[in-house]
Amino acid sequence: MSGRETIRLPGAVPDAADEAMGGGTGDLTEALLSTSVWTDQLLAAAGIPVVEVPFVTVGSGIGSFVTTDYLRIMGVPKEQIKVLGNNPVPWSTYEYLTRNSQIPRGERLRSDSASTPDNIWGFPSYAVREAFAAKGLKNKLFPLWNVATEPIFSNYYTPKAGQAFESMEAETKRIDYFDCLDKGLVRMVRKRSGGGYFTILTPPAGTTPTKRVAYKSRWVHLAVGYPGLKFLDDLQTYRTTYNDYSTVVNAYEPHEGIYEDLKKRPGTVVIRGGGIVASRILQRLIDDRDRESTQVQIVHVFRTYITGAHGPSIFMRRRGGDGWAYQGFNYPKSVWGGQLKARMRKLEGKDRADLYKTIGGTNTPVRWSWQEQLKRGRKEGWYRTVTGSVESVVPAPQGNGTTTRLKTKDGIVEIPASYIIDCTGLEADIAEHRIFADLLTHSGAGRNPVGRLDVERTFEVKGTANGDGKLYASGTATLGGYFPGVDTFLGLQIAAQEIGDDLAKQGFGSYMGPLRSVSQWLKWARGKAI
Amino acid sequence: MLPTLNGRIQSRIVITLIIGGLWSLLIALFLPGVSGASYSDKLRALLGLLIVLTVLGIGWELVYHGLMQLRWEKDWPTLFGLVTIVNEGTLAYVLVVHRRFDHWWFHDDYRLPRSTFLFALITTWLVVWLWANGPMRVFTVHWRFRGGRFV
Repeated sequence: MSGRETIRLPGAVPDAADEAMGGGTGDLTEALLSTSVWTDQLLAAAGIPVVEVPFVTVGSGIGSFVTTDYLRIMGVPKEQIKVLGNNPVPWSTYEYLTRNSQIPRGERLRSDSASTPDNIWGFPSYAVREAFAAKGLKNKLFPLWNVATEPIFSNYYTPKAGQAFESMEAETKRIDYFDCLDKGLVRMVRKRSGGGYFTILTPPAGTTPTKRVAYKSRWVHLAVGYPGLKFLDDLQTYRTTYNDYSTVVNAYEPHEGIYEDLKKRPGTVVIRGGGIVASRILQRLIDDRDRESTQVQIVHVFRTYITGAHGPSIFMRRRGGDGWAYQGFNYPKSVWGGQLKARMRKLEGKDRADLYKTIGGTNTPVRWSWQEQLKRGRKEGWYRTVTGSVESVVPAPQGNGTTTRLKTKDGIVEIPASYIIDCTGLEADIAEHRIFADLLTHSGAGRNPVGRLDVERTFEVKGTANGDGKLYASGTATLGGYFPGVDTFLGLQIAAQEIGDDLAKQGFGSYMGPLRSVSQWLKWARGKAI
Repeated sequence: MLPTLNGRIQSRIVITLIIGGLWSLLIALFLPGVSGASYSDKLRALLGLLIVLTVLGIGWELVYHGLMQLRWEKDWPTLFGLVTIVNEGTLAYVLVVHRRFDHWWFHDDYRLPRSTFLFALITTWLVVWLWANGPMRVFTVHWRFRGGRFV
């Protein structure tokens, strides 16, 4: 394992395997690799076939889907959009990560009722749709009551994962999304001499006569998701040193075996991290304890233990307690349209980085069911918290599990545990992703004040314009830009709207004014294909 | 709704006057407790109420904006948009039903009886609240991301 070990996602292909994929003619040449701006002749000389299309979106996840959706609703014909990537359906990677981190289809996401990736209007919201579809008066009223009284008399309403996936599936069909999808791994995007870009795709072996296919387009949109999800350093060291990949896991990896094992024998689990993923994993462990009578003991390691409301002033104070920072969604709600969105949009450089720091930080929503579980655990002694920084993780002396050495304010503490679940979800640097690394090296892209891909308010990647062409990016890679909530359903839709508006100004698609908005919504409501 | 101050004021003016106005046109047909008044008198009274609510509302928005600064999320929960009928309605009641403010608007000695005022206020408030939290989004895909601004 290298020092850059990340969680392997479905559809991701290691760099070396990509180089070995396919075969035959039409591969990248030295001349292409070393030239930043490609001419048509250079590609022809390499024998790489060229597909011409005005708009290419790279990633084939939810970011590509909501952007395609917006453009289709703006009136762009499906023939003018190509979606490139390895996801068989837009939610594949997302569902893989949510399922592993204990949100199967029947559980609820951490997402607002009006953040509906299948519907650009956010109306009717998930809560309203859930109410309409429910059987029985009580089930119908519950989501409506919830959304109307959140977060005062109820916790924030959030949709079930299954509802999000199923409604997206219906929308993919309505807009003929799959007609736009060309499967394969995108290797790089380079500027084209004369304007626009070439996007190099490595299709699945044997599906095309050449190893690579180039897409020549005026516009490119990148929505490739996480550059990588990393392990905590000490846990990675443990895994590689002792070659043990089952005792120490990341919550985003498949780790069902741990829960199964705990049903068979008592054990102690160390939880690392104070975010929603930790909340979820705790819920699963405690649900199993309640339903399956497991004897699990939980030790929750906090690096920073939050005792109450915290923040720089009474005007910026977040709730907290019992170790956690509490917040409904992954940013304060007004970043998606309110005051914080407006404020961040005006900030540059250090001021922007500072505001990101103030509103950032690991946090989890208040959910009364979770509060009850943990309260019971504290009272009965099977849920304990420890605060400190981990010095090392080593195998337990008896060869049974692990020992975590923790530096606390009271000195070194050793915690024996059968399993350690890393719930921190550290994101890797953007340069870990090959497309971004290439873009930073060859196409003039740069980093924003928090180190990720620098984009304009329109989500155009700064420094990459080429002739009449523009390159856009959305999603987590652009965190640190003028709009903060990028890595969310609603954030992807906000980005899609900014991109769509900018494209409409360039004559691609029609601006979404009230008439188009209403007429297209009526089509959506009737499920009528575009 | 995730509003900015500017957006809240714009939204309040537009939605109260247009949606509230359409609602007034409708309920003026069967407004209870004012059997002697003509349709135009009733409508005039209802529109007077809308104007009072809108004008006072701009002042209220400044108050809410201040309160929002104490909230970490800098938001205004949906429920608050409903329960503020209590403070806003009370002030409007004092001004409209007691006619200390709106005599310039009404004919002669025509005035809204208390029950009629409450009927008009509560139903109009509900219609405007429901509209702002749902169907409004169909008419503009930009409004909700711009803090409720139209321009």
